[in-house]
Amino acid sequence: MKAMLVAFVAIAVIAVGSNLILGQVGFSSEDRAAGPSVRLD
Amino acid sequence: MLRALIALMLTLSFISTASAQDAPAPDRSATGGAQTLEDIMARQRGEDVDNSFRSGATGDPDSAAGISNQLGTLGGSSDPELWRALRFGSADITASNNGPAATVLVQDGGMKWLLFREGPLATYGGYLLIGTLVLLAAFFLIRGRIKIDGEKTGRKITRFKAVERFGHWLLAGSFILLGFTGLISLFGRKVLIPAFGHETFAFLATGSKWVHNNVSWAFMLGLVMIFVMWVVHNLPDRTDINWLRKGGGIFTSGHPPAKKFNAGQKLIFWSVILLGASISVTGLALLFPFEINMFAATFAKLNSFGISGVLGLGELRETLAPHEEMQYAQLWHAIVSFVLMAIVLAHIYIGSVGMEGAYDAMGSGEVEEQWAREHHSLWVDEVKANESASPQGATPAE
Repeated sequence: MKAMLVAFVAIAVIAVGSNLILGQVGFSSEDRAAGPSVRLD
Repeated sequence: MLRALIALMLTLSFISTASAQDAPAPDRSATGGAQTLEDIMARQRGEDVDNSFRSGATGDPDSAAGISNQLGTLGGSSDPELWRALRFGSADITASNNGPAATVLVQDGGMKWLLFREGPLATYGGYLLIGTLVLLAAFFLIRGRIKIDGEKTGRKITRFKAVERFGHWLLAGSFILLGFTGLISLFGRKVLIPAFGHETFAFLATGSKWVHNNVSWAFMLGLVMIFVMWVVHNLPDRTDINWLRKGGGIFTSGHPPAKKFNAGQKLIFWSVILLGASISVTGLALLFPFEINMFAATFAKLNSFGISGVLGLGELRETLAPHEEMQYAQLWHAIVSFVLMAIVLAHIYIGSVGMEGAYDAMGSGEVEEQWAREHHSLWVDEVKANESASPQGATPAE
């Protein structure tokens, strides 16, 4: 039972972590598709 | 049944080829070569229309009128010809944003994808899951819970270590989340918006997208973990033939001998590994749009090995627009996920309500010895032999 709960917590931690990391590795639509002459924000 | 179906498909394909060859070239003099009412009606009837008469009619810049002459500023292409070039993807387009998708303005493969996604995919996928649940319920009513036959010993054997259970639940928990959020994404427009309205679905869809994109990494990690930990125990061997021949003893008394995993569990394992890997790869292609293109290459392989011919798919297209790569990735991702969901429903059933004592293996990791003897007799013998070879508390020789 403990292993199951730890795994579920791990899923949440991985999800939050990957969300933070993926935003910074340069694969967002903005990074991939827009040029310096495009203002999105 | 299958043979009859293939014969029917072959016959139909011959008929359609024959009619295409016999049909005379349509007379388009009334429209000056543009499409006729008959062309439009044929397309609306779902027939294949040869578009070459207009896909190539995109003007001729070389014979353009001089710039100061009438219509000279059009550069040899009339407006309809320009739109035609956009429609059939042959226009020379420069866009200020980057990426392979930026210069495709009209992508009519998208319509096929959309119709397949909300039509057969959602319909048959839904039937598959509901059908599986009905079958499992029927099985439960007929067979009931599979009980431990012999008298319980009260002794426990360690079946799965904590790290194995962690890997299993990492995979299981993430798969259930991904399954639900994937279904929410697929059935949004057809089912959830009509049922709950746009406001509720907007909230659900935003959350589902976040969960689906980010939980996917836990699924892939869990998949690698269980593969590494259990692949040795899941290699096919002689005991599997006997186990399968006796149907796992599900409808008979007595239990065929099995090692740590019986043939049924091995089938589940390899389904999860192979289908899970396929879902992961297509999922990565969807997470990083236009970065991972594999369908054109796969179709080329299927063509060169003649597999597409055997399956009656004809010659598959080896050049795909960037969007089409994504569309095929989405469809394959969903189709394989439906199959895996159906398999996993059966797995959840037998590991919980379907069999007494089975849940302990993944709950505490300790199973009743009598349960283990009935379902995994060869494995118990192995464990006992190891125990007697190295009794607990013995100091290992150094």
